Amino acid sequence: MSENQNRNFVVSQENWSLHRKGYQDQQRHMDKVKDAIKNNLPDLISEESIILSNGREVIKIPIRSLDEYKIRYNYGKSKHVGQGQGDSKVGDVVARDGKPANQGPGQGKKAGDQPGEDYYEAEVSLEEVQNLLFKELELPNLQKKETAEILTEKIEFNDIRKKGLMGNIDKKRTILTAIKRNAMKGKAQIAPIHNDDLRFKTWDEVTKPETKAVVLAMMDTSGSMGNFEKFCARSFFFWMTRFLRTKYKTVEIEFIAHHTEAKVVTEEEFFTKGESGGTICSSAYSKALELIDQKYNPTRYNIYPVHFSDGENFSTDNEKCFRLVNELMDLSSMFGYGEVNPNNRYSSLMSTFKKIENPKFRHYVIRQKKDVYEALKSVFQKQETPV
Amino acid sequence: MEKELHKAIEEITEVAVGFGLDFFPMHYEICPAEIIYTIGAYGMPTRFSHWSFGKQFNKMKLQYDLGLSQIYELVINSNPCYAFLLDTNSLTQNKLIIAHVLAHCDFFKNNVRFSNTRRDMVESMTSTAERIASYEKLYGKEEVEQFLDAILAIQEHIDPSIVRPNLLAYEEEMEEDEIIVPKTPYDDLWDIDKKEENNSAIRYKKKKFPPKPEKDLLLFIEMHSRELEEWQRDVLTMMREEMLYFWPQLETKIMNEGWASYWHQRIMRELNLTTDETIEYAKLNAGVVQPSKTSINPYYLGLKIFEDIEKRYDEPSEEMIRMGVQPGSGREKIFEVREIESDLSFIRNYLTKELVEQEDMYLFEKKGTDYKITDKDYRNVRDQLVSMRVNGGFPYIVVENGDYLRNGELYLKHGFEGMELDPHYLEHVLPYIYQLWGRPVHIETYVENKPVLYTYDGKRNYRKAL
Repeated sequence: MSENQNRNFVVSQENWSLHRKGYQDQQRHMDKVKDAIKNNLPDLISEESIILSNGREVIKIPIRSLDEYKIRYNYGKSKHVGQGQGDSKVGDVVARDGKPANQGPGQGKKAGDQPGEDYYEAEVSLEEVQNLLFKELELPNLQKKETAEILTEKIEFNDIRKKGLMGNIDKKRTILTAIKRNAMKGKAQIAPIHNDDLRFKTWDEVTKPETKAVVLAMMDTSGSMGNFEKFCARSFFFWMTRFLRTKYKTVEIEFIAHHTEAKVVTEEEFFTKGESGGTICSSAYSKALELIDQKYNPTRYNIYPVHFSDGENFSTDNEKCFRLVNELMDLSSMFGYGEVNPNNRYSSLMSTFKKIENPKFRHYVIRQKKDVYEALKSVFQKQETPV
Repeated sequence: MEKELHKAIEEITEVAVGFGLDFFPMHYEICPAEIIYTIGAYGMPTRFSHWSFGKQFNKMKLQYDLGLSQIYELVINSNPCYAFLLDTNSLTQNKLIIAHVLAHCDFFKNNVRFSNTRRDMVESMTSTAERIASYEKLYGKEEVEQFLDAILAIQEHIDPSIVRPNLLAYEEEMEEDEIIVPKTPYDDLWDIDKKEENNSAIRYKKKKFPPKPEKDLLLFIEMHSRELEEWQRDVLTMMREEMLYFWPQLETKIMNEGWASYWHQRIMRELNLTTDETIEYAKLNAGVVQPSKTSINPYYLGLKIFEDIEKRYDEPSEEMIRMGVQPGSGREKIFEVREIESDLSFIRNYLTKELVEQEDMYLFEKKGTDYKITDKDYRNVRDQLVSMRVNGGFPYIVVENGDYLRNGELYLKHGFEGMELDPHYLEHVLPYIYQLWGRPVHIETYVENKPVLYTYDGKRNYRKAL
C-alpha cells in the first residue's frame, strides 16, 4: 500500500509466490488428459500419427473428451463478418477449410474458424502410451536359449549414499541438501556446504543375459489386401517390435511379402507395395523356414513368426499351410496369425487353422482399426498357456 | 521505476478526470506473468477450481512463453477496481494499460447493463471457491467436478434482464391456461362474427409449466429439478450468480473495448512522451486496434463507431440538425451512448452505411472448402453483426415445458433466427442437462430450415424431424 491513498488509487506488489492456483488446476487438467489417454488406448494404438511418427518421441494426438461442450452455433453453416483492406470483392476467398488464409492477431489455431475441428490436442510421449499398453501384455513361452548363458555385465548408477568417492559426487542432490539445511537455519542459499550434505552416486553391477529375438513379419500383398488391411498390420508390427525390444536386448525384424510366391523385402516395400494376383500362404511359411535355417538358429534366437492376411487362400494350399505352420511352431516361441476381415467373410485359412491346438498358435480377427489393440492383447495375453 | 509509475498514474488519472471519465478508486497490482495468466484464465483473482481453467491457463501461459501473446490489460469490475500490471512491462506499456483500464472502469461504473453487478464480487467469488472446495472434501473431488462440468456446459443460459419483475414467482401448482383446438383450419372463418366466449371449438384446460417460456435454464433447473441435492443447488446458485456478474461484459464486448481504446488514444495524446515512447506506444496501439479478415476485432470496430458518432454529432447533417442535434455535441453524445447502449443497440443504431463501406466490411460464408465473401450490403453486414451479438453471442434457449409428455421431461426450444446449432456439440450438452434434470431432455431447433427435435433419454441421442 502506498501514500497515494488520498488520490484515489493504490499501487501494490504483493508476494505472489504462494499463488499456485493456475498450476494446481493445470495439474487437474493434465490428470484428465492422462485418463483420456488411458481410456482411449484402443484408438490411440492405431492412431496414424503414432504409427507413422518414425520414432518421433512426442506426438500430438486429438483428445475429444476434453472439449468443453456448450450449445453453440454451427460455424461452417453461418455467415460471418470480416474486414478487408478497402479492396475486397464478393467472391474473394478469406480462409480455407482448416487453414484460414489470415489469422487474427495473437490467436492460435482456434482463430481458424473451425469449431467442428477444434479438439484439444495433447502432447503425448510415445513412452507414455507404450507403458500403458505394455502393462497389459506378456511375452508367451519365454525360453532360455543356449547362448543366453552369455552374460553381459553392466554398471548401473542407481543409488545415492552419504559416503563415496569424490569423483562420483551427485552435485545436484548435494546442493539441494545444503539449501534445505541452510533454509532451516533461515537463509535458503547454497553456501556453506557441510560434509554432511555430500551425496554420492553408487552403482550396482548387473548381469543381463544376452538375448535376441527376431520377428518374421509375413504379409499377404495380394490384390485383396487394401490400405486398411495394411495399416492394421503395420500398427500391429509397430507395437509388437517395440514390445519385444523391452524384453530382449536386440530384436530384429524380417519382412516377407507374399502373394503366390514369397520374397524378403524392405520395410518400405512391405507396407506400401501392393501386387495383384492370388494368394498362396504356404509360400511365406516356406520362406520363413528357409530364413530360420539360414540366419536365425533357434538355439540362439527367440523366433516370432507373425502372418497377416485377409484369409483368402487357395483352398488346395491350406493343407500345406497347416503342415508348415506346425513346423514353424516347433522352432518358434509363438506363431501369430492376424486376419484382417472387416466384412466377416468366410476365410478358408482360418477354418484350417482352427484345427491347430498348439498353445503357441495365437490368432485374432481384426474387423476395425480399434481391434489392433485387442489383437495385441490377445496375442500377448497374460498367463493362459500352461508352461 | 516505482516513482515514475506513480507519477504516470497520477498524471493519467488527472487527464482522465479532466475528460470527464468517472471511475471507481483504482487498485493497481504489479505481478508476474504466471499470476496475470492465472487471473486471465479464471477471470478473477480467486475462483473455484476446475480443470477447464487449468487448460486455459496452460494455453495462455504457453503462448506467452513462446512469445506469441501478451495480455495488454486485465481489469476487474469491482469497487475498488483492480487492474493488474505485468512486472516486466515497460513504463510506456503501463501508461497505455492504465489509460485503457480507467476507461473500462468508467464503463463498468456507468453503463446501465452493469448497474446490477455486484461490486464485491472478488470477495464473493473467493468465498464461493472456499465453499466448493469444502464440498470437494465432503463429497469427493470427482463428484463435484462432474457436477461442475454439467453446469459449465449451460452456464450462459440465464436470464440477465436488468428488470425482472418476479423471479420464477409462479407456483408449483401451475397457472391454468386455456387452449383452443379448432376442429378445422377454417373454424375462425365461421367464428368471425361471434364473440370469443361462445365459439364452437373444443376447449379444454391444460396446466402449463412454466406458464411462459423460461429463459433462465439454470434457475429453472435449480428450482424444479428433482435430482439435485442441497449442496448441488447451492453450487448452482453460486454459479448463476457468477454468470450474472460476467454477463454484462459478454453483452458489451465491442462497446467496452471500443470505449477503452478510444480513451487510451485520447489520453496518451495529452501526455508528454519522448520520441522513443511515442514509437513504442504507436506500435502497441497498432497491435491492439488492428482489423481482421476473418473476424471482428472488438477494439477496432468499437473505436471506429465511437469516433464516427463523435464526428457526426460534432458536424451534424441538415437532417440531424432538424432532429435537434446541436453541432459540437459529439463528446456529450458518446458519453450518453456508453451509458445506455449494449453491443446490440450500439451496432443497430450507430453502424452506418458510410462506416461499413469505409471499413470495407463484408459477410463471408463457407462455400465448399473455402470461406468466401458473399455480401457487401451494409444492411446485411449490420444485421448479421447484430444477430451475432444477440444474447451475448449465445444461442437463445428457453424452457418450453418442464413436464413434457406429463412425464417430467424437459422440453427446450431454440429461438432460431437463421443460425443453426452445432449438432455435435449439442449432442454432448444434452447428456449434461439430463444429468442435472434427471429425466429425458428434448430440444427443438432448425436444421436446413426444418424443425428438428433432439432428444437424449439417458442412454443415447435421437433426432427426428417435427
